[in-house]
Amino acid sequence: MAHLSDDLLSQLVDTIPYMQAVGARYIGRDANGVSLSLGYREDLIGDPHSRVLAGGVVTALLDHGCGLAVWEALGEFKPIVTLDLRIDYMRPATPERDLIICARCYKLTRSVGFVHAFAHDGDLTDPVAAAQSAFIISKPSLKPHNRSAS
Amino acid sequence: MTVPVPEHLFEHIPFARFLRLELDIAGNELRTHMPFAPHLIGNPLVPALHGGVIGAFLEMTAMMQLSVTETLDHIPKPVGLSLQYLRSGRSVSTYGEARINRIGRTIANVEARAWQEVRENPIALLQAHFLIA
Repeated sequence: MAHLSDDLLSQLVDTIPYMQAVGARYIGRDANGVSLSLGYREDLIGDPHSRVLAGGVVTALLDHGCGLAVWEALGEFKPIVTLDLRIDYMRPATPERDLIICARCYKLTRSVGFVHAFAHDGDLTDPVAAAQSAFIISKPSLKPHNRSAS
Repeated sequence: MTVPVPEHLFEHIPFARFLRLELDIAGNELRTHMPFAPHLIGNPLVPALHGGVIGAFLEMTAMMQLSVTETLDHIPKPVGLSLQYLRSGRSVSTYGEARINRIGRTIANVEARAWQEVRENPIALLQAHFLIA
């Protein structure tokens, strides 16, 4: 199977303006899928009273993590877009802690990638949120790894 | 703490300032506006807004509509949400509006839509439950 290097996966976070803006980083992959992290920041707070990160920050990171998982499963870079994303928020993220996303693409068809993801702040068994998403994979790329092929 | 009057709500939420959201309130109706900004891009090749930005925008829109409709002690917390992406978000202004389907004692069900040039052509839809108690 084709393989995407950690460098390329890392680039697929670092070169995305919104991911840069919130300070997200690719941290690696294992049996649970690909992982991203986000450092706690005051300007990403959603509730000034509890100082908890905004739900929207978790949403965006889950969305991006799911996309990365599809690329990792594809083993090559193809343009993909989110078709739908469902999220359950189990508890608020703990203020001051890094937010971690683990996402795994458990099924890939020719045109759709299905992904499961969790957001947690240190313990995967005590998740902050869980996501289920589907991504559309654009028509076969002309040249694998050619990022301008879209 | 009670939630500040809706007109000033965004100023109190750091993440709403980060997205540079604007609010237009007419009575109990509300429209949100997210002017295009380079830091909101998710696909630099097109360029298109990040799907997560659109999701966050709709989530905020739904929360704001709840705060305008109800007097709340806390900012509503999302419990579960479902987002559907219909079109890619281009590098222009995005508008949003929300409708409350039900407000119970603890949970509210809200839906929201985001569009750009044409209101009839939504770029994304949200259906969500919020904890309001």
